[in-house]
Amino acid sequence: MSNSPFEFTVDKSTKTVFINREFNAEQSLVWDAFTKQELLDQWWAPKPYKSQTKFMDFEVGGRRFYAMVSPEGQEHWSIQKYTSINPKTNFKFLNAFADKDENPQLPGSDWDLTFSEQNGTTKVSITIYNDSLERMEQMIEMGFKEGFTMTLNELEELLTHIKVEK
Amino acid sequence: MRRDIFQAIADPTRRAIIALIALHAMTPNAIAENFNTTRQAVSKHLRILSECELVKQEYQGREIYYSLEIDKMKEIDKWLEQYRKIWETKFNQLDDVLSTIKKNKK
Repeated sequence: MSNSPFEFTVDKSTKTVFINREFNAEQSLVWDAFTKQELLDQWWAPKPYKSQTKFMDFEVGGRRFYAMVSPEGQEHWSIQKYTSINPKTNFKFLNAFADKDENPQLPGSDWDLTFSEQNGTTKVSITIYNDSLERMEQMIEMGFKEGFTMTLNELEELLTHIKVEK
Repeated sequence: MRRDIFQAIADPTRRAIIALIALHAMTPNAIAENFNTTRQAVSKHLRILSECELVKQEYQGREIYYSLEIDKMKEIDKWLEQYRKIWETKFNQLDDVLSTIKKNKK
């Protein structure tokens, strides 16, 4: 499945990240994997990190409070507040890093996720817009820390795909 | 004052300056000739780029030449590469979750 179409682009000037990916599953199933706590926790954190959702109210105005837990047990908390939901096709949320007491660290980023199905394949399009450049740097830096623990084999595989951006 | 690197590339004029001096080192006057803006405005952009450690200055006689810190630019791409990698890993995990659910349904 790792050969499914995957696009990842970053517009540094508008502080926006665009991600597209296709999944070999029907739309309602993919939707569930993005919107149900027990499914989300199975894939949301890149291994060896773990996603642990403390609570999740998937409704407009509701929140998901979760941690990315490192192999050493260190917790990085985040809060997602749902701002718009169109069942099975689109949802939006505001994401912010937080402390363990649910205090968000603003400004955060705006996420927009769209789902569409064609011939049993579901395409997910994600747009992440950051209010501040510092936030974008921080988000990417966090990613750097998580990504750093991944195996070199995976990295090698990736490098053959990466388009060198000049 | 230290600024973050994304601030350097957030401005179109600064991106143009980066593209110019990536080719060869230039004086502020030579850089300014490429823009419909004052020499003063260009100096301000150069100062911000210096504070982000994206450009370095070298004196040749009485002239200052600005050139690009290539390694610093690579740093940006390295970050983005890592971020991309994370999403790829997450999605591969999601593939596994989806196929497990599909199998269990049968």
